Amino acid sequence: MVAVLTRAEHRCGKPRLRVAFRVMLRFVLIRLGLVIPTLVGITLMAFFLIRLVPGDPIETMAGERGIDPARHELLRHEYGFDRPLLVQYGVYMGRLLHGDLGRSISTSEGVATEFATLFPATVELALAAILFALAIGLPAGIVAAVRRNTILDQGVMGVSLAGYSMPIFWWGLLLILLFSVKLGITPVSGRIAVQYYVEPVTGFLLIDTLLSDERGAFASALLHLVLPAVVLGTVPLAVIARMTRSAMLEVLGEDYIRTARAKGMSPLRVVGLHALRNALIPVITVIGLQVGVLFTGAILTETIFSWPGIGKWLIEAIGRRDYPVLQGGILLIGIVVMAVNLAVDLTYGVVNPRIRHTR
Amino acid sequence: MTAEVLEAPSASAATAAPPHAWRAPWRDFAKNRGAVAGLVFIAAIVALAVLADVVTPHSPILTNNAAFLRPPAWEDGGTWTFPLGTDAIGRDILSRLIYGARLSLAIGIAVVIVAVIVGVGLGLVAGYAGGVTDIVTMRAMDILLTLPSLLLAIVIVAILGPGLSNAMIAVAVVILPHYVRLTRAAVIAEKGRDYVTAARISGAGRIRLMLSEILPNCAAPLIVQASLGVSTAILDAAALGFLGLGAQPPSPEWGTMLADAREFVLRAWWVVTLPGVMILMTVLAFNLVGDGLRDALDPKLKR
Repeated sequence: MVAVLTRAEHRCGKPRLRVAFRVMLRFVLIRLGLVIPTLVGITLMAFFLIRLVPGDPIETMAGERGIDPARHELLRHEYGFDRPLLVQYGVYMGRLLHGDLGRSISTSEGVATEFATLFPATVELALAAILFALAIGLPAGIVAAVRRNTILDQGVMGVSLAGYSMPIFWWGLLLILLFSVKLGITPVSGRIAVQYYVEPVTGFLLIDTLLSDERGAFASALLHLVLPAVVLGTVPLAVIARMTRSAMLEVLGEDYIRTARAKGMSPLRVVGLHALRNALIPVITVIGLQVGVLFTGAILTETIFSWPGIGKWLIEAIGRRDYPVLQGGILLIGIVVMAVNLAVDLTYGVVNPRIRHTR
Repeated sequence: MTAEVLEAPSASAATAAPPHAWRAPWRDFAKNRGAVAGLVFIAAIVALAVLADVVTPHSPILTNNAAFLRPPAWEDGGTWTFPLGTDAIGRDILSRLIYGARLSLAIGIAVVIVAVIVGVGLGLVAGYAGGVTDIVTMRAMDILLTLPSLLLAIVIVAILGPGLSNAMIAVAVVILPHYVRLTRAAVIAEKGRDYVTAARISGAGRIRLMLSEILPNCAAPLIVQASLGVSTAILDAAALGFLGLGAQPPSPEWGTMLADAREFVLRAWWVVTLPGVMILMTVLAFNLVGDGLRDALDPKLKR
């Protein structure tokens, strides 16, 4: 149940600053305490990933080429597969705590380094997708709620249900078919046209192209970003539209909205100021919880558009049986998702005192 | 035992018959046009899938080297021999789509059945036992929920190896936590109710309490979640197929068909468009039915 905070509650329930701080600290600590077991669980999962694959891990990684016995023994020792499982996990955890996630088998590059290089591309894509989803989803949800049970409402809800049901890997292909092949507006794949060289400063191409003096690079990067962002933003857009609608409907039925209306306030002010502010709380939470969905979508979107990000990296790692990359990738993505969820949780606690007082 | 006694008088006066438990929800469901449309579509797809051997004009895996990439019948160069055209190695697309329906429905339903059985079992035990059992189960579910669903499925397939049955196991694991959480929450809510205490005092055993007292009262949200779960399962299995990790060619699974068709996106729109339409329509139908069921069975969750 999502509690909605009104202004009145804000005023009367305000504890003194020191007490508030202590309550807040307790809340943060409890939430952090809940995160740790999950984190350990994910390390266990990453650790066992390679050991659960049927057969000998070295042979699995070597693939069909095979491997000569002497080198096999050497590698077994090098990876520590000849030691007891508990010791292996201890060694693994020790390395993790020093920031060592192992090396990719195919490139010999450190997994953490590769992740850090590719991560900005995925984040840029995901942010663009969320912006797109918000820019259309929020207004659509508000309109649907205000014009409840009209054709407009049904239309918005119908389209959003279709968006929610969309196989985005197909949606991407369709958009390529239409905008790239038929109309020739957008490029088919990649992040930027090949003739541009942009010095990576932030890793976000939209910013880096603005910093560089390559003419036309920014436009090229933007054009490359549009289709993937739309594809990745489709499911969040549908979720945001639905969530905004139901949150708005709930809020619009509240007494303080009736009061605002009775005071003679214009409908635009009532909806835009009083209702939307309170309806946004659950919507923001939902956006925070979309991070996992975004990663799922990013794996597919990046594969379709050859977007050089984390999703494509992981899929290629599977194809190459590059287990260290998979192990590290899962762990890092798990950490990112957990960090975002925690941040959402904590912000929510700050915004809504009811949450931090319970428990 | 008392039910018969109670129903006897009402049977004589037909107008005063007590409302059947399912009648009111059904009436709500039937009023929802979207949900009914979804149900009709599902019924049609199920019929096609069951009768696939009879209704398909060609074999789904038979290649025909006289008819590569033939367009649908209404386009220039199409023939009614292949109503929806052929793919790159001359297989009839209509037949493949119909056999694909069989696969996708089987995947969706089997995955959800497995996830419901395991999830409800774990949820009942966690909710009823409490303590360490509860904590360990729910922490494990949290881990499964933390990882993005497709990534988790990919990891499981990476362990088990690509293929349809492994993909199904992966998807079942991915949707499992929802059923565990739902059941556990419902069990904890119901556990302290008077009817449960009454049953316990009259000597009902632990298994009986869980299965025949508590479980039926958690059924509504589970049914809703299960119908929505079918759509998730179909979508995720198709995504795995598309990534080459699910059903393997020449299987006519819709996602796998899309993966095969990718390189022909520039030349033959029909090989790319049609499998996706089928996935979208089927998933949409299950979502419509799920929404309808939720509104009908669980008024608390009404949007």
